[in-house]
Amino acid sequence: MSLLSVRSLRVTYGGIEAVRGIDLDVAEGELVALIGANGAGKTTTLKALSGMVRPAGGRVTYKGIDVTGMASHHLIRQGIALVPEGRGVFARLTVEENLAMGAYTRNDPPGVSADLDRVFELFPRLSERRAQVAGTLSGGEQQMLAIGRAMMSRPRLMLLDEPSMGLAPLMVQKIFEVIQSISAQGVTILLVEQNALLALEAANRGYVMESGAITMEDAASALLESPQVREAYLGQ
Amino acid sequence: MDIFLQQIINGLTLGSVYAIVALGYTMVYGIVQLINFAHGEVVMVGAMVALWVITALAGSGTTLPPLVIVLIGTLCAIPACMAVGYAMERIAYRPLRNAPRLAPLITAIGISIILQHLAMLIWSRNPLAFPQIISNPVFHLGGATISGVQIAIISLSLLMMAALTLLVYRTKLGVAMRATSENPEIAGLMGIDVNRVISITFVIGAALAAVAGVMVGTYYGIAHYTMGALLGMKAFSAAVLGGIGNLAGAMLGGMLLGVVEALGTGYIGNLTDLCHVSWISSDLAERCAVDGHVILFGSNYQDVFAFVVLILVLVFRPSGLLGERVSDRA
Ligand SMILES: Nc1ncnc2c1ncn2[C@@H]1O[C@H](COP(=O)(O)OP(=O)(O)OP(=O)(O)O)[C@@H](O)[C@H]1O
Ligand SMILES: [Mg+2]
Repeated sequence: MSLLSVRSLRVTYGGIEAVRGIDLDVAEGELVALIGANGAGKTTTLKALSGMVRPAGGRVTYKGIDVTGMASHHLIRQGIALVPEGRGVFARLTVEENLAMGAYTRNDPPGVSADLDRVFELFPRLSERRAQVAGTLSGGEQQMLAIGRAMMSRPRLMLLDEPSMGLAPLMVQKIFEVIQSISAQGVTILLVEQNALLALEAANRGYVMESGAITMEDAASALLESPQVREAYLGQ
Repeated sequence: MDIFLQQIINGLTLGSVYAIVALGYTMVYGIVQLINFAHGEVVMVGAMVALWVITALAGSGTTLPPLVIVLIGTLCAIPACMAVGYAMERIAYRPLRNAPRLAPLITAIGISIILQHLAMLIWSRNPLAFPQIISNPVFHLGGATISGVQIAIISLSLLMMAALTLLVYRTKLGVAMRATSENPEIAGLMGIDVNRVISITFVIGAALAAVAGVMVGTYYGIAHYTMGALLGMKAFSAAVLGGIGNLAGAMLGGMLLGVVEALGTGYIGNLTDLCHVSWISSDLAERCAVDGHVILFGSNYQDVFAFVVLILVLVFRPSGLLGERVSDRA
């Protein structure tokens, strides 16, 4: 049975239908990629799954319970963490305060401080800048912080929205290594990416989204071989 | 008597009250970008409730020491004001959270009128004597005097400001408040119940306002259902002076405004005494010879200074003294 199961999910903004009845499944421990062109509705999908927008229709089941329309501050307590598009770090809070906010829902100080060490180990740059306000970090450092912050909640399902956006190739590589290591630790991941090649290489399975609908769904390796995907998203 | 030193002392006393009230404006603005024009009325409610309780206790022939009576009055005013602050946000502002900004602003003015008139119905339209039951020794300081009440107002305000700063910068709730003020959507993702944090912000501001109400009541010995309006406007000016949304700014702005107002009031009569320039007309010289002074603006102009400061800030430095823009690279 899948950890996350989405059925006929619809999201509208005013009159515009940004997500038009999609189905999507993510099994426990899987790393699933969701790729698609600009404006396809990927961010909107993640926003609906993390409670930032209310779906206009459909059903979201997580851990077997109906979480459709649940507010984000409840969903995080269920173990769903989002690394939002554009990072969304708190620019006026320090690195350490940002990470503390990631652990806001937790009441086990020893566990939190162990996870803080883990994040600093993974991202030594953040450790050096722990007392600095996040607004002064570079784009790549902010992305590390956004991922570290999501890790601090010890999520069972992590949603990532274009973590490689605007980063230099070396940093992109680093971020993908981190995502794979988080996945290797058993965290289930739904990854939205423009960089379809990297995303599909990292993922087990993938979905292709176009104009608010899912148009393809397959094993990641199969999508990498698919002529349509190669032409539209891999530039080959 | 040393007018300068005396007015500094008076100004710091007044400024402490402005600062405490300004904090309420600035905290609420910081978190929901709303100017809660009804905040001054919360101060009035605090003064009135305290007046009620203190009058009742003092008249009951109790053997409680006066200081304890005032303390009890304050401890009754605080929850009353917290309830008003909570209800205000819950009933009036929350439904308008996503409305155009003019809507909550007009609502704020409406609430302020409602609160004033409710207070008028409960506590009458007449100025009430605020019981001044605690002994108020006067100390000499240089060429000036400072009273026990003044010392209490200044030190209690400093204490509350320190406590608030610790809360906002050193506790998890405080970090959550700052996170919410920066980006409520992302704060929600962290698990912060944004509505709750906003409620808490209103309630803390109201608690500070309650204490401020007791302070002004005790200081001036009078309370009136309209007393919150002018005080509120001045505290709002102080918050703008410091940089609205900025805690340290509200504290600095409040203190500065108090001092400016006191010094202005202390010197305006002398500064606008036309007899300094009696040579410009023989009529004037004659009057000066008779009266000694022809004062253009007397100390009854005291309420003007806050608004002159407000206008100057809005013209020359709209972001206020400490209101700097932090660049968002995100
Ligand atoms: N807040 C909003 N109000 C109105 N329309 C919106 C809003 N957010 C997104 N949309 C519209 O919904 C559609 C889907 O947007 P979404 O951000 O989900 O796309 P995306 O797949 O994440 O694109 P990108 O790859 O550029 O990030 C777009 O047409 C967009 O214009
Ligand atoms: Mg997007």
